Amino acid sequence: MTATITPPPATTRTAPARKWVPPWRNPWRKPYVLATLTWLYIVWSLLPVVIAVQFSFNNGRSRSTWQGFSMQWYCCNDGSVFEDPSLTLALKNSLILGVATVLVATPLGVMLAMGLSRWRSKASRVANGIAMVPLVTPEIVIGSALYLVMVNLYQFVPLGRPAMLLGHVTFSVSYVLVIVRSRLLSIGREYEEAARDLGASPLQAIRTILVPLLMPSIFASAMITFATSLDDFVVSQFLFGDASNITVPIKLYSAVRAAPTPALNALASLLLVGSFLALLLAVVGLRARKRGAGGSVLEDMADFS
Amino acid sequence: MPDPKIGHDRETRRLWPALALPGTFWLIALFLVPIYAVMAVAFSDRINLFGEPIPAWNPVDWQFGTFSTVLQESVSGIYQEVWIRTAIYSFWALVICIVVGYPVAYYTARLAGRRRGLVLALILAPWWINYITRMLAWVNLLQDDGYVNKFLGLFGFAPHSWLNGSSFTVVMALAYGYLPFFIIPLFASLDRIDGRLLEASRDLGVNSVRTFWAVTLPLSRLGLITAIVITALPMAGDYYTNTIVSGSPKTNMVGNQIELFLLNGPQKNLGASIVLLLSIVLVFFMAYYLVLTQRASRDTR
Repeated sequence: MTATITPPPATTRTAPARKWVPPWRNPWRKPYVLATLTWLYIVWSLLPVVIAVQFSFNNGRSRSTWQGFSMQWYCCNDGSVFEDPSLTLALKNSLILGVATVLVATPLGVMLAMGLSRWRSKASRVANGIAMVPLVTPEIVIGSALYLVMVNLYQFVPLGRPAMLLGHVTFSVSYVLVIVRSRLLSIGREYEEAARDLGASPLQAIRTILVPLLMPSIFASAMITFATSLDDFVVSQFLFGDASNITVPIKLYSAVRAAPTPALNALASLLLVGSFLALLLAVVGLRARKRGAGGSVLEDMADFS
Repeated sequence: MPDPKIGHDRETRRLWPALALPGTFWLIALFLVPIYAVMAVAFSDRINLFGEPIPAWNPVDWQFGTFSTVLQESVSGIYQEVWIRTAIYSFWALVICIVVGYPVAYYTARLAGRRRGLVLALILAPWWINYITRMLAWVNLLQDDGYVNKFLGLFGFAPHSWLNGSSFTVVMALAYGYLPFFIIPLFASLDRIDGRLLEASRDLGVNSVRTFWAVTLPLSRLGLITAIVITALPMAGDYYTNTIVSGSPKTNMVGNQIELFLLNGPQKNLGASIVLLLSIVLVFFMAYYLVLTQRASRDTR
């Protein structure tokens, strides 16, 4: 109990004398402690990455002593990202894999979302349940399971880009499903039924009504798929096979303890730029669907996780 | 006039399953079958010329020799240490996540106005920064001549070697790595709490601490559990964090043991057995989480 609500008996009702309350007892004070803690956390979580990006512009070989600004680790110098063949290869492989994953996972996931949210039966509920499990399965289990099945059963899929593509699509399909289905549930089935009443065939109704309505969420899920594929480490590491299929996260992982140059930081920075561009496009895409409601796009992204 | 809907239903009844078919088939072939493959390899005692296991695809042929050896060695034997270490590291990393993550998620959820978007964006940002990159950033800082030692040197501390098998570094790295994944589901749940309830509690003269225990915590219990499960699952199978920040067998976790057997040697049935064992331990958390979220989504619908 704080003193604010029980005025001392000596005072009259017309002049409610407020007893002095120490600030830590006042429940309406500004949450300075929480605010400080939150900002400290933000600094803690982002500052190391900012420093790592800074060192990609270092004018020297050190990754711990600042020697002035230079672009030498990005371009046109021996050992820079675009001169070191192994770094360029990693970048190229990551981009190809990301694009291929989007191209396969998005249509697959969108179709699955349409099918599962409109088709009501026991089988669809089972399929729905199966589709949710990859989201909560630890990556090491998915990675090792895919590795064992590729090596022992699907021997026609060589380890390397094909196997990595299959793996990335497998964990991406569930993301696409979740994002697109939430939109499907919110638009309801009235529009397609109206189209059908007006004589459209089922496929026409999907193509001309449903797909345009879903476009922002399809686009957003494609971008999120791209970013997750770019960032994936565990599944890639189990399936990449040999050094010619290395992706950026695998390269970072294998080089980080072996006295690397700031070129590695430059590679990490480029990866960062790639996934943030994809994320930015996803936010823009989602915002297209709810104009005016600014901050809520971020909250949507929080809900997707 | 016949009801047009009946005609629609007949046509669409085949359409929706047809649309769901490729994705379902994909998930069966590349998720369920692979999980089965883990069992087929784990439950096989036969090896080929290279010492690699021959998977037993037919459950009739399953042999449990390897698996029971691994189980025994895990309970009391050579793998016991790795399991205990995984549990201890995950526990402390989760404690740090709760202590740091809860206040941050709470503050962000209660923020209003222009600053809310900014704070939310900054809190979501690490989620999109590659995990390995974030670890790489700490390796830079924790070098013997890195910024951390330079900073501590200002206060007269002697340079400390952080990156050579220190459990403290691994736990802090795990907490650092997984905090964004912890904060976001918790934020989503705290954000749904009606601010008027907290105001009512304060209007009734309850202090902040009691408001927290009596109102905020019970209302965010589901979010807290979700956050813990979502963080604990990948953390228990983590192997890259401690390879990057420690690299010493003294800090090996279960994930390292799995990676070792599956990718760096022929004894894949040992690796598969540990994967299976880990899955059995974790499947309770996964099932609990799935049931909770299903129930929550049914309630909101």
